[in-house]
Amino acid sequence: MSNVKVNELTFQAATVNGSGSQSANMVLTRAIFSMGIPVAPKNVFPSNIEGLPTWYQLRITPEGYMARKGDPDVLVALNPATWANDLKSVRLGGAVIHEEAYSTADARDDLTYYPVPFAKLAKTKIASDTLRKQLTNMLYVGVVGGLLGIPRDRLEHGVQRVFQTKPKAWPVNVDAVNVGYDYWQENFQDRPCGFRLEPISGKVDDLVLVEGNQAAALGALMGGVTVAAWYPITPSSSLCENLIAYADRFRVDPKTGEKLISVVQAEDELAALGMAIGAGWAGARAMTSTSGPGISLMAEFSGLAYYAEIPVVIFDIQRVGPSTGLPTRTMQGDISFAYSLSHGDTRHLVLMPGNVEECYEFGRIAFDLADRFQTPVFVLSDLDLGMNLWMTPKFQYPDSKFDRGKVLSAERLEELKGDWGRYRDIDGDGITYRTLPGTEHAQAGYFTRGSGHDENARYTESAEAYARNMDRLARKLEGARAALPQPLLEEPGSEVGLIAFGSTDAAIVEARAVLQESGLRTDYLRLRALPLSKAVGEFVARHERVYVVEQNRDGQVYDLVRLELPPDQVGKLRSIRYYDGQPIPAEAITRPLMELEAVPA
Amino acid sequence: MAATLNRIGLPRDAYKGAASTMCAGCGHNSITNHLIKALYELGVEPQRLAKMSGIGCSSKTPAYFVEQAHGFNGVHGRMPALTTGAQLADRRLIMLGVSGDGDTVSIGLGQFMHMIRRNVDCTYIIEDNGTYGLTKGQFSATADVGSVQKKGAVNTFQPIDPCAVALTLGCSFVARSFSGDGKQLVPLIKAAIAHRGMALLDVISPCVTFNDHDGSTKSYSWVKEHDEEIHDVSFIPFFEEIAVDYEPGTAVSVEMHDGSHLVLKKLGEDYDPTDRMQALHLVEESRTKGQLLTGLLYIDESALDFAATEKIPAERALRDLGEEELRLSPADFDTFMDEFA
Repeated sequence: MSNVKVNELTFQAATVNGSGSQSANMVLTRAIFSMGIPVAPKNVFPSNIEGLPTWYQLRITPEGYMARKGDPDVLVALNPATWANDLKSVRLGGAVIHEEAYSTADARDDLTYYPVPFAKLAKTKIASDTLRKQLTNMLYVGVVGGLLGIPRDRLEHGVQRVFQTKPKAWPVNVDAVNVGYDYWQENFQDRPCGFRLEPISGKVDDLVLVEGNQAAALGALMGGVTVAAWYPITPSSSLCENLIAYADRFRVDPKTGEKLISVVQAEDELAALGMAIGAGWAGARAMTSTSGPGISLMAEFSGLAYYAEIPVVIFDIQRVGPSTGLPTRTMQGDISFAYSLSHGDTRHLVLMPGNVEECYEFGRIAFDLADRFQTPVFVLSDLDLGMNLWMTPKFQYPDSKFDRGKVLSAERLEELKGDWGRYRDIDGDGITYRTLPGTEHAQAGYFTRGSGHDENARYTESAEAYARNMDRLARKLEGARAALPQPLLEEPGSEVGLIAFGSTDAAIVEARAVLQESGLRTDYLRLRALPLSKAVGEFVARHERVYVVEQNRDGQVYDLVRLELPPDQVGKLRSIRYYDGQPIPAEAITRPLMELEAVPA
Repeated sequence: MAATLNRIGLPRDAYKGAASTMCAGCGHNSITNHLIKALYELGVEPQRLAKMSGIGCSSKTPAYFVEQAHGFNGVHGRMPALTTGAQLADRRLIMLGVSGDGDTVSIGLGQFMHMIRRNVDCTYIIEDNGTYGLTKGQFSATADVGSVQKKGAVNTFQPIDPCAVALTLGCSFVARSFSGDGKQLVPLIKAAIAHRGMALLDVISPCVTFNDHDGSTKSYSWVKEHDEEIHDVSFIPFFEEIAVDYEPGTAVSVEMHDGSHLVLKKLGEDYDPTDRMQALHLVEESRTKGQLLTGLLYIDESALDFAATEKIPAERALRDLGEEELRLSPADFDTFMDEFA
């Protein structure tokens, strides 16, 4: 075949949840990645343990694009329930590996079919009754390997990598892969498809594959977290579960069994944040991790931490809301809610990692910022970032020490002759000095409260004291603008600007390249924190039309940016929104932009 | 005349706080005074004390004792979570929680129960008056069936007895007392502080403004008439010699982990405070009889407290640890990153 596409395809496995297909998909991913080929995996899974349909997409591009691309070129169809629809989704000229028993009577004639008797092969070729169901998936790994040209030794590497800690599982899995490979060799060697994978170099050198929740857990650990309280919720659970696993390895004294961290599974999200705030108040680096419904429950405590000025870090791995929503789908839907979470005038510091490296980096510096500004810091990741594997450079070892902020020691209190007030703004930056319980000084104690308080932390209902305090809090947050991660700018020079944040970045990178090829050059500002940096307004001022791209229905960040622009600039702002729960594809950006900017397609 | 100093050289005044804003005659003020006495006599270091509370009249009272200590008046019903977290940050803190019946058994019941489950090292005092004082007299969930509200409404719902709940969950220290009975309450507070683990003190504390009328089962007169003491309680701290001898069979002495002793002198029938089933039985029986049973209901000095279960360091605080101990070493970090390849 002359027009074979090399290292450029989207693979999709359509299977049944709970059948063990995830390991098979990981073997394929690891095998391909080890050929030096860039991979971008997306797991589309149901809120279910067993029985509902699940899809795994693996996108392969020479450029290493990591955004989702809707429809597959190569399909493995192992779910009779979704067979008909799965078939419809395959791109023109694609390849379909499917269970032989499925009917292809009305099937499309533009596709190449590879019927495999998976059930029969499993029965006759897999000896173990207990493992047969799981190993059936390894059969398709072999077939796909044969079809796309993945060498057997790479598939074997994939098995070893996925079952890293269980070498006993290697032989049975490799055997099953080979059964599939042999079947392809015996039956389909003369039936090539239009796609091929070939080893290359220089594309993924020194890159590793990491999930955002792994990265954030490592970040928290390196940020010095000692108390973490959480309540299980998808897609956030794996963050604290990873933290537990890493802490078991790196925070336990092997001789005494003593642990330098406590990770508590709380009774609900209210208690989870409450524990973290209690620990933060007493001076520990403390965190919780949750998703939308948990954030809703944390509103009251967030207000307390803001108003009483207690450091705490809150990871929100966003999923589709409102309410229970689509628990296993992604969205950037909690931005405006988290930013002002609580009744009354409230503003929080919000970090928005745009890739897994930033999940690590922001997961770490969130603790410095919380201590420095004595306030909650929200780290808004999402399901796409948090639960999918992403190619990333290895993370950097921190080059700075912990910033513990303004804490008065007993010695310092002695120098001050005990003359201090918890909420006195000595430095004019709105950030006041605190003491920790247990400080050995007679004047260290003060009373923390969520009710009205004066500069000396005494209860008051004074109108003046309340207003003074609220003004100081506003000043404190204002000062944070410049201290937070600043936006990243790429300005090749265009009158069209794009603003995006978080996991949308992957689609923006690709969209900009596609637009450029079509003759539309764009500038790009990637937002990384709230409150907004001054750089955002300046970026808008430098451009004629600025598109805010985000994954929610209401244009939450579009609104936030608009609110802070001078009136004559507001009209420049436009909004591109994507909100079906799937990670945004580049096409969702290029299509409206080409239309709005009138670029001939 | 120079003030008498306690074992750490502090006068009683060092244990006072801001002037109370409770109503004159409020049971809570008596409890505050008993707390001051107990903390002073025990020689608790003010800097080691963390006074925790939720929302309501009771939760305001930590401002009225030991001004030098850190205090945290959090949100309604959530004192347990704040206390649990603070305790983990520094295990050496002496956690003292003050809550009310609304704060604990209505809005805060879930956290209360889970705190017991974890056996967080904390003295947890419920200033229990059967009514919402700060919002002017609504029934709380500890109000007895048939108890009459000031405006005449009669409570028809079953009360939740925090002691029964605590016993069911295996709380390692459960006691009930009365704000007007310092003789019993002061030694119980001392024992609760000496106890390592969750120590619950349900203290009936009449609300003079909204729940002290005829027909209320939380009024001063009702409590005085129905108070049934299980035993005579005395506490001998570790730093004092046991000087009193009792006739064999007339008293039970419980040795606490710090060497203090809680001596329970028999008043009526034999009572074994380490028998949880007997405690539950007695609590239920007294309720049926319309009695208010007071004293130490249950104690388990062998239970591991939460911080010990979590295996965090005992002699130093998690919050004091630095980069050297909390971060992976650069070598470990590199190895770890390589594992993602």
